Amino acid sequence: MTVTDEKPRAGRPEEIRAVPVRHWGRWVAAVIIAYIAVWAIYSVVNNPNFGWDVIGQNFTITAVMTGIGKTLELTAIAMVMGVVGGVLLAIMRLSPNPLISGSAWLYIWAFRGTPVLVQILLWAFIKALVPQLSIGIPFGPTFAHFDANTLITPFVAGCLGLGLNEAAYMSEIVRAGILSVDQGQAEAASALGMSRAKTMRRIVLPQAMRVIIPPTGNETISMLKTSSLVSVIAVPELLYSVQIIYGRTYQTIPLLLLASIWYLIMTSILTVGQFYLERYFGRGTAQRQTMLERLWSNLRARRTVRRTAVEGREP
Amino acid sequence: MSGVGLDKPGAEPADGDGAPGGAPDGAPGQPMVRSEGVCKSFGRLDVLKGIDLEVMPGEVMCVIGPSGSGKSTFLRCINHLEKINAGRLWVNGHLVGYRERGGKLHELRESEVAAQRRDIGMVFQRFNLFPHMTALENVMEAPVQVRRIPRAKAREAAGALLERVGLGDKARSYPSQLSGGQQQRVAIARALAMEPALMLFDEPTSALDPELVGEVLEVMKQLAVDGMTMIVVTHEMGFAREVGDSLVFMDGGVVVEKGRPREVLANPQHQRTQDFLSKVL
Repeated sequence: MTVTDEKPRAGRPEEIRAVPVRHWGRWVAAVIIAYIAVWAIYSVVNNPNFGWDVIGQNFTITAVMTGIGKTLELTAIAMVMGVVGGVLLAIMRLSPNPLISGSAWLYIWAFRGTPVLVQILLWAFIKALVPQLSIGIPFGPTFAHFDANTLITPFVAGCLGLGLNEAAYMSEIVRAGILSVDQGQAEAASALGMSRAKTMRRIVLPQAMRVIIPPTGNETISMLKTSSLVSVIAVPELLYSVQIIYGRTYQTIPLLLLASIWYLIMTSILTVGQFYLERYFGRGTAQRQTMLERLWSNLRARRTVRRTAVEGREP
Repeated sequence: MSGVGLDKPGAEPADGDGAPGGAPDGAPGQPMVRSEGVCKSFGRLDVLKGIDLEVMPGEVMCVIGPSGSGKSTFLRCINHLEKINAGRLWVNGHLVGYRERGGKLHELRESEVAAQRRDIGMVFQRFNLFPHMTALENVMEAPVQVRRIPRAKAREAAGALLERVGLGDKARSYPSQLSGGQQQRVAIARALAMEPALMLFDEPTSALDPELVGEVLEVMKQLAVDGMTMIVVTHEMGFAREVGDSLVFMDGGVVVEKGRPREVLANPQHQRTQDFLSKVL
């Protein structure tokens, strides 16, 4: 048995300052990409068919703004319907009662198996299917009648089409999230005397959120764009609003580009929001940094390294 | 370790401090846990083949045995995390998971099973702390959600419990920021927060680094000194010898040997016990 000398070695060995490997390939790639980018921007700016002046003139006109409002409204309503319906369907799907899980399965099968555009059209033409909607007990008395067309306006039809379809997709996301939570968590909760409902709400779902949030963000971004489908049933959202304008002025391309730019702006904002949501629900695990935070911490670290290097050399 | 006064239903069945949820109401001398011919099988696999055991109030029973001998399963049967297939199991004089009426067993409703579990604390091998809550929130969760104790009061009690397991300064830490030993001590505090009459420990130190085992055993020892009724499935023979009132050796789903820890460990009567102890000691 040997006993090592406990005294630290006098004078730490010199810090390694090696010449880093040069990546010449990256420089070549960067030059080529920069060249292509300059060419692309040049041709876009100088091609009059893009109609930048038209885009500029119409960018914030009232029709476009109300269209954006309707798009956001549709997205929000459809996603709320999707998330609430999805959680409900997921819990039903995991129920030990085969009738309950079976009916959830049937719903998901039907709404995932048909195109959302067809569903939207069916909701819009609901009057042909059921002219009268009534509230009452099936096969029993009815309490109120509604005309299908006054109740199911194009906007309501759009919400139903998008929201009910989304619920089917969300349920699979929520179910995957619930199943991702360690079985021991539910066991610990029930060992403490918590009911199944309370265990789900307080213990399992908050942890499932970490798995559920990222794909839900994607679904929201996707919904923002999918909502343009309701233009076929004349809901004046962003796409339909610009369609009306170019139907009148024949400036098709500039107005479609205008809509695209707005969609890009909105999805970009949603992406930022998603980041902060993910970070909130990732509590207790590794913290993620924004690009800015990472830049700051890197700069700070670099400065301290340089300072210690300078100070270290002085004595 | 300050003796923050959670009055334990100690060796003598206390006169029930009026706590709801069926605190000790058994007659004096009645066992805390009574198991008669308990059998459990998973499909074709018989894990428990008739367990007869009694644990008296204030007793610390250690259960040892090779893996797969059914000791963890037996522990999980006691708070009905597993349903038994045959036999009878009583905790505090109440049948676990069933009600006997007219010579027939009726399954208890989910809420009734939950009510039974409130008086039984359980500590798991892998801690199973809630990772999205701080240590303090972990300890507060069940008192607030299940017992409906006001948050401020529960927070105070939880802080005292963390103090008691030596983690007063870690109240605001998340489980991922704690070492294994600290996590397990939080888990013990979480179980104690429901003021249980019985504590079940399922290999509480098996997932820990060797140098962290001591701090957890120390907390458990203190608990035993305070008079808690405990059933401890463990591989820590030193703990069993020093703290245990009785030692049970299980193998192949049956109790092979039971006795005072010192006697069983020093002078095992059965060949299987001798073989097992020769491997682990």
